Amino acid sequence: MMLFKLSLKNIQKSIKDYAIYFFTLILGVAVFYVFNAIESQTVLLNVTSNTKDLIKLMTNILSGVSVFVSFVLGFLIIYASRFLVKRRNKEFGVYLTLGMGKRKVSMILFFETILIGIISLAVGLLLGTVLSQFMSLLVANMFEADMTDYAFTFSRSAMFKTFIYFGIMYVLVMIFNTRLVSKCKLIDLLHAGKKSEKVRMKNPVLCTLVFAAACGILGYAYWKVTGGIYRMSDEKDIFIPIILGVIGTFLVFWSLSGLLLRIVMSMKGLYYKKLNSFTLRQISSKINTMVFSMTVICLMLFFTICILSSALSIKNFMNDNLRELAPADIQFEYAYEPEQEKLTVEELLKQKGLNVDEVFKEKFLFDTYMFDEVTFQTTLGSSYDDAQNNYSFLGYTAREEFMKLSDYNRLAELYGMPEYTLEEDEYMVIADFDSSVEIRNAALKNGETIRIGDVEYRPKYKKCKKGILQLAGNHVNAGYFVIPDSAETDGHNARNYLVANYNAGNEEEKIKIEAEISERMAWNDGDPENSYWISYNTMLDIKEASIGLGAMVTFIGLYLGIIFLISGAAILALKELSESTDNRERYCVLRKIGTDEKVINRALFKQIGIFFLVPLILAGIHSVFGIKFCNSILETFGKDEMLKSVGMTSVFLIAIYGGYFLITYFCSKEIIKERK
Amino acid sequence: MEQILKIERIEKYYGNKSSLTKAIDNISFEVDKGEFVAIMGASGSGKTTLLNCISTIDRVTSGHIFVSGQDITKLKGNALNKFRREELGFIFQDFNLLETLTAYENIALALSIQNVKAREIDSRIRDVAEKLEITEVLKKYPYQMSGGQKQRVASARAIITKPKMIMADEPTGALDSKAAKMLLERFGYLNQALEATILMVTHDAFTASYSSRVIFIKDGKIFNEIYRGGDSRKVYFNKIIDVVTVLGGDLNDAL
Repeated sequence: MMLFKLSLKNIQKSIKDYAIYFFTLILGVAVFYVFNAIESQTVLLNVTSNTKDLIKLMTNILSGVSVFVSFVLGFLIIYASRFLVKRRNKEFGVYLTLGMGKRKVSMILFFETILIGIISLAVGLLLGTVLSQFMSLLVANMFEADMTDYAFTFSRSAMFKTFIYFGIMYVLVMIFNTRLVSKCKLIDLLHAGKKSEKVRMKNPVLCTLVFAAACGILGYAYWKVTGGIYRMSDEKDIFIPIILGVIGTFLVFWSLSGLLLRIVMSMKGLYYKKLNSFTLRQISSKINTMVFSMTVICLMLFFTICILSSALSIKNFMNDNLRELAPADIQFEYAYEPEQEKLTVEELLKQKGLNVDEVFKEKFLFDTYMFDEVTFQTTLGSSYDDAQNNYSFLGYTAREEFMKLSDYNRLAELYGMPEYTLEEDEYMVIADFDSSVEIRNAALKNGETIRIGDVEYRPKYKKCKKGILQLAGNHVNAGYFVIPDSAETDGHNARNYLVANYNAGNEEEKIKIEAEISERMAWNDGDPENSYWISYNTMLDIKEASIGLGAMVTFIGLYLGIIFLISGAAILALKELSESTDNRERYCVLRKIGTDEKVINRALFKQIGIFFLVPLILAGIHSVFGIKFCNSILETFGKDEMLKSVGMTSVFLIAIYGGYFLITYFCSKEIIKERK
Repeated sequence: MEQILKIERIEKYYGNKSSLTKAIDNISFEVDKGEFVAIMGASGSGKTTLLNCISTIDRVTSGHIFVSGQDITKLKGNALNKFRREELGFIFQDFNLLETLTAYENIALALSIQNVKAREIDSRIRDVAEKLEITEVLKKYPYQMSGGQKQRVASARAIITKPKMIMADEPTGALDSKAAKMLLERFGYLNQALEATILMVTHDAFTASYSSRVIFIKDGKIFNEIYRGGDSRKVYFNKIIDVVTVLGGDLNDAL
């Protein structure tokens, strides 16, 4: 009982030291609960069964991610608690000199961990419950469900999961603490903190050289992922800039403090102003002693920024572009088999028993054509070699797909796309997949001609025209050719398409029609000879899939991003706080020689601010290129979405990172305050 | 002689009504400009409390302290810091140098917090470093210096602001006898050549023998006071020893 009282008193006494620890634990618990409670919130949502499946998949993935998150949080908690235990070495030293056994000291820590665990779990769950109400708004918004029957939700399963995961983490913390206590020697405990610090100045010339090298390495890595991205032929190539980036970041932090110190020291007016010399030395010694942690934190921040902004913009993007990508309700495609009778999609649908005239309000049926001698490679002509060099992964031997002008214009009318005219010897290309567009544009600019039958066709435009043939979730139309109606295409019919809009007034009727279609499509008369494989894309499917994908990516991105952010900021804060305690003496000296409180506080603010800013700035620079890279591989972001999501990311950054910064500042201020 | 410090019946109490400790019990004395005063007493006699009260690190319970006619017991907040910064120089037993700064930067700090220009800082540091014979260690960090060097750097930091008074708390406490002797000779030089007023707390008779006056404190009261006058240091030292013997207590241990 005595030990328990001692633990309680200890926590009360060192609540300031523990503030960051508590804050981190509470945030961790809350975030963990919120993301695991999504499942129970979605149960109430009024959505289609397809979306329900997607949500189920998403919650499964989220619980998988939770395992990873619990590892990250577990390491963070163990790190933080070790940190705090080390801070109290002297106290334990006193207990041991008084004759208290190591087991009893461990018991004190054990009680403390339990107390902290219970309090943080309770507060964290409370906070999590409140936050998850906001989360359900976000969830409903993501899945475009109406919130009319909103109800307060509390997820028991998420609560138990949180208890179990964090329970395991706390047990691990106890084990680690016990080991820490049992290993240490009394003399070290008592003398802890009395070590006089050796100041090592790095060689300024070496620092400058290393810094220049680091900049070079980073610059090369940046170029690799932006300007030189098209040179990547292998997925493994992406590891080179990543490894270079890590090395470059490390070297920057290794050399930064020495370089910074040298530069400012040469500006005597600035260096010998107020407490600048002191502040700068503090920062540089801190950066010097934690090059590795700074690197890790900077990279974590970098990932956070990239993950958050990409995830958020995917969601934004998908909603905005749906209208453009899926302008009709349904689109069927049937590739003619050589040995089968050439039946159109419409005939096949009728065969399957679908009343085509009743379910479709408007429909358009057309054929496309292919020629053995016209492949992607031949249409590129002399620009093929360049294309091959830059995009070696594309299939160049595939035959090109052709469409007649009048067909195209009717399709364009249905899709709401611009219509075109062609001269008798002209062709044009419709595409919206960026890499294909780039390759084809080069060929079009060269005026490469195409030969069909006896006629030589030349390009009407120097660029591809934007447009689609099939409904899709992304801009993936690699390109098809439009040729005049007079072109010789007999016998080259390759595929038959049917594009249609449902005979329906609202979404519910559409869902009903679509259910019927999918039922009919699955039906056949059991004769394999008669099984025609028709593929089809529908707007509803694409919408649900894209919403689901967008939501999934957003939630996972948010989850990981927030956890990374918390981890990085917590490590910085803990480090800074422990330094503040060690530096209390130094601030006392400053006070004794008559420095104003205001000047001291300003110096402290500057010092902590710079300490927090340095990794953030470098991470910001990394992110500019990282986001560009994400942009170019996903090829799905528009500029507006990017701005929006970068804005959202900044809000998260400021809230969490800034929160840690402020807590650190106020706690440090409290620590260095004069004690009378 | 101009009067620098005037202490009027100051008292300092610790504790509460049931157990009251009088750390300083009605002490009054004056210090003139250019004096080198040593305050001697056993541990717990109140000598450090007295120094802390004069240097405004601690507050008196009652009484007044005048520095150049200004009542410093009435100062508050930033005015206190300003007073400490501009009128006093401090030397501590454990040096209190900032480990992260070089000797030069440690000394410069005292001036930079007074907003002195970088160029002026440099010339003043060169000047004072020469007087205290630390020019060759200016670029070193505290951990690279001997105790004596550290204490002379701390002294340089104390006098560079041209304070009205230098307050030294057991300045030789952490030094070996040779370093202590050298430091005290420097103090003597500062006192005589530069007319610096020094107030030094010590429990060591040898250290005290470099002063021009010794004030003995026992249980928070002034017990005795001796002036050096024209005596040689040896005679003066013996006089101090005599008082210490009468004073008894812990001070005997210091001999």
